Amino acid sequence: MKFTPWSNDVALTLLATLREEKGPVLMALQLMQKEFGYVDSACVGLIANFFNKSRADVHGVLTFYHDLRTTLPSEHHIAICVAEACQAVGVRTLQKEAKEKFGDMVSDSYCFGNCALGPTVMVDGKLIGRATVAKIESAFQ
Amino acid sequence: MKVFVPGDSAAISIGADDVAEAIALRDPSLEIVRNGSRGALWLETLVEVEVPTGRIGYGPVTPEDVESLFAADFLTAGAHPLFLGKIDAIEWLASQDRITFARVGIVDPASLIDYEAHGGLVGLRKALLLSSEEIIDEVTESGLRGRGGAGFPAGLKWRTVAQTNNAEKYICCNADEGDSGTFADRMLIEGDPFTLIEGMVIAGIAVGATKGIVYLRSEYPYAISALQKAISIARANSVLGSQILGTSHAFDIHIRVGAGSYVCGEETAMLESIEGKRGVVRAKPPLPAIEGLFGLPTVINNVLTLSTVPMILAQSAKTYKAFGVGRSLGTQVFQLAGNVARGGIVEKAFGITLNELVHTYGAGTLTGGPVRAVQIGGPLGAYFSKAQLETSMDYESLLAAGGMLGHGGIVVFDESVDLAVQAKFAMEFCAFESCGKCTPCRIGSTRGAETIDLIIRGVKVDENKRLLLDLCEVMTDGSLCAMGALTPLPVKSAMINFPEDFTGVPK
Repeated sequence: MKFTPWSNDVALTLLATLREEKGPVLMALQLMQKEFGYVDSACVGLIANFFNKSRADVHGVLTFYHDLRTTLPSEHHIAICVAEACQAVGVRTLQKEAKEKFGDMVSDSYCFGNCALGPTVMVDGKLIGRATVAKIESAFQ
Repeated sequence: MKVFVPGDSAAISIGADDVAEAIALRDPSLEIVRNGSRGALWLETLVEVEVPTGRIGYGPVTPEDVESLFAADFLTAGAHPLFLGKIDAIEWLASQDRITFARVGIVDPASLIDYEAHGGLVGLRKALLLSSEEIIDEVTESGLRGRGGAGFPAGLKWRTVAQTNNAEKYICCNADEGDSGTFADRMLIEGDPFTLIEGMVIAGIAVGATKGIVYLRSEYPYAISALQKAISIARANSVLGSQILGTSHAFDIHIRVGAGSYVCGEETAMLESIEGKRGVVRAKPPLPAIEGLFGLPTVINNVLTLSTVPMILAQSAKTYKAFGVGRSLGTQVFQLAGNVARGGIVEKAFGITLNELVHTYGAGTLTGGPVRAVQIGGPLGAYFSKAQLETSMDYESLLAAGGMLGHGGIVVFDESVDLAVQAKFAMEFCAFESCGKCTPCRIGSTRGAETIDLIIRGVKVDENKRLLLDLCEVMTDGSLCAMGALTPLPVKSAMINFPEDFTGVPK
């Protein structure tokens, strides 16, 4: 996935679009991540200043949510659902195989709502049911 | 000519987009409608064609089948190994009580015209002629209870909010469907989003709220775009806006997207998250109905609760409550998941047995062996054994059987399941997702996982089992919300119903 390189000016322009929102901190962090691929360390102070919050408020939100990240993601992202419905159809084995094959690209996730057609994996935003290592591989080609 | 190829993300996950593309490539003159899924996920990709006698289905179709479908003249219901006949006559679907899901899979989710042609907006038009009091009476009379899991009477909640004097109130739809084994909210939003919008508008009129928010999880990108699209169409056609259907009522809906936190499905954590804060659970009281979002009176209802309201208004409370048993009135949208041969949506009146769901509809396990365990109600729900399959599926019976209905998800396991491992996972999941406010949840979950690990390894098994039960009691009694209080449910039910998995002897 292509992201804009970190830029203070771009960030400020984006934050301005949230000026009218009530309770904007989480939205602001999500917006930063969508644009830059991650939440840059400069964002905490920037968002705090912009919305008149404390840095602690912003840092607290940033570190609470599993979706938010502070480093650039790998080129491909493989999120494997490891919750019960997928466990029932052997995701623990798939998870092991996928981690051996794709290493750091693989992360755990909890439920994509595809529980009747598991194991379920999301590759770069694309949902894959009845997933296998081969299906994952062909998804990012 | 119309061909229906589901655009539901479950169907897409096994190739519906490729099927649609292959059909379009073969005959560009066809009108391909990306409907929602009928809910028979084991038949996906389910391709339908419209012939004079109704809709004919073929499934499960893969892109490789498309050529042979054309060769068999499927557009005129030609014979083919995947031919299913008239969709409405398929027993699996025909025997269901589709009320909330009446339109899902049938209509084009991106067409308000199609929505109205299938009975949409009838409930809202009726509501616009009623007083606030009359709408709430009808919802109360229907016996509709919260489908998110708590089962609180919807009418009572609405009345509480209606009786507050604030000028500004909110309708918050909880679409943070995080329970594993549940996907009804997602499928409804992707397949029939206008029903949810209509339900929220009716709720707004009933309680005097003009602002609606849908808290939708980030794991559902397809649902987010389906709802965004539907909201814009609704705004353009005065279903949302300052003059709803030409009246003086105003209501608008905004989407807030979650950020991967399970606990934000808990209503007060959800409010915190919508306010842009950490998703930490609030103590109750004050009830969100009195002091909810941004301190204002707020109706918080699940997607299914709100989406059932239009049908209740359109068809009457009496019709709705004719379904169900005891205090569990109406229908429940059950979701068959996990290791199940025929998974998907089964909307039935309360009172169907677990066995009918798992064996009659589900047709047993996908892998073919016997069913060993069934988890009902998501990661905080109990594990049922084969001996409990005759349990009636309603709020009260499940409670009496040591479980809970939750959001209606049913996860089937075959004989390869190890319930001690599942119990350990329940604790680990709680440790991972706990908001951290209550000590028994935050720390108890980690200690619980460690203790189960000791039992699995055969270390002081009896002593550790006693300790685990004691810990479960502390978590249940000492946690503010369901996360910490109900994590012991899967753990204890696994220990009680499957004691042979907790002997410390490796299998």
